[in-house]
Amino acid sequence: MSEILDQARTQVLGDGVGLDQAGILAVLSLPDEHLPAALQLAHDVRMRWCGPEVEVEGIVSLKTGGCPEDCHFCSQSGLFTSPVRSVWLDIPSLVEAAKQTAATGATEFCIVAAVRGPDARLMKQMREGVAAIKAAVDIQVAASLGMLSKEQVDDLVDMGVHRYNHNLETCKSYFPNVVTTHSWEERWETLRMVRDSGMEVCCGGILGLGETVEQRAEFAAQLAELNPHEVPLNFLNPRPGTPLGDRPVVEGKDALRAIAAFRLAMPRTILRYAGGREITLGDLGTRDGLLGGINAVIVGNYLTTLGRPATADLELLDELKMPVKALSATL
Amino acid sequence: MTTTELWCDRCGESATATAHPACASARQLEPPRFCPRCRRRMKVQVLPVGWAAVCVEHGEIQG
Repeated sequence: MSEILDQARTQVLGDGVGLDQAGILAVLSLPDEHLPAALQLAHDVRMRWCGPEVEVEGIVSLKTGGCPEDCHFCSQSGLFTSPVRSVWLDIPSLVEAAKQTAATGATEFCIVAAVRGPDARLMKQMREGVAAIKAAVDIQVAASLGMLSKEQVDDLVDMGVHRYNHNLETCKSYFPNVVTTHSWEERWETLRMVRDSGMEVCCGGILGLGETVEQRAEFAAQLAELNPHEVPLNFLNPRPGTPLGDRPVVEGKDALRAIAAFRLAMPRTILRYAGGREITLGDLGTRDGLLGGINAVIVGNYLTTLGRPATADLELLDELKMPVKALSATL
Repeated sequence: MTTTELWCDRCGESATATAHPACASARQLEPPRFCPRCRRRMKVQVLPVGWAAVCVEHGEIQG
């Protein structure tokens, strides 16, 4: 076994202390022949510090498209020639989406809006929507509405939103290459307010934006410093009409190396498979990731693209003898 | 493709002039974006299970 994996076995598996940036980079740089050992160690870490349960979540877009920001990976920016048009989801449809999600056994339902930050109309829609969901469906509600003011953070807590997603997307040094309409620090400030409010922090990003391996390690180390409750790990699905629309997808082994490295950086976090895994890893890679540090999945469709059928993921979890986390375990 | 599908529902280009194998492949993990009958961009709502796409001229389709 490599030196870094020996170190991780003692430090991360034994003591529950994540690797630092240099250690993460060493894992990301492992040759292919060490990848199975890295994944096995990441799996052992996940099982020791998180347990066998897998948290299942569904997501839905409450407000699609027409976003004023220029996140270069996103088909919902109004600044690019993407074919995605602006559309709002009405509350009965939102509740139906929550019911569909709960029917899969999911405990989490995340409401997402393509905005810089919520305005009064969106906050009103959220208040009515969250109340309607809570009255009709037994599921935890999370939200992802961009950058927040302190008052909006407090409003979401008051609504009963238990977790807030706000991705840093990539490391601080590469962020200006991906987004120019707001800063990494502005995102960090929202995350700080969310943390202080008592809501759970969900913060991850996208791999394959053109960052170097060193910057990928920097990103994992910055996430570890934030210490979020959950880290959604996306792989770029290049969208037509966006500045990153012609980028290649992340190579499967690099994606798996990243999964192992992120787990060894954050032994206790919920590390969630999010968008892009279908094209980056396919069915076989999805299994490898679940046996390599992943302990949560988004099931069903994403915001503007489609995912694997929920039944395919649930059957895989059953085959791997990984129980779906029960709602009672999240309360 | 049927006789009413004149336009590729992914890229919006002619569906009769050339084949669109890359679009057909991508569409396995994407909803349609263009009306195949008139090429208008559709309003598309993706849901956890399925999607709905509305053309102002030709109405809603679901998948």
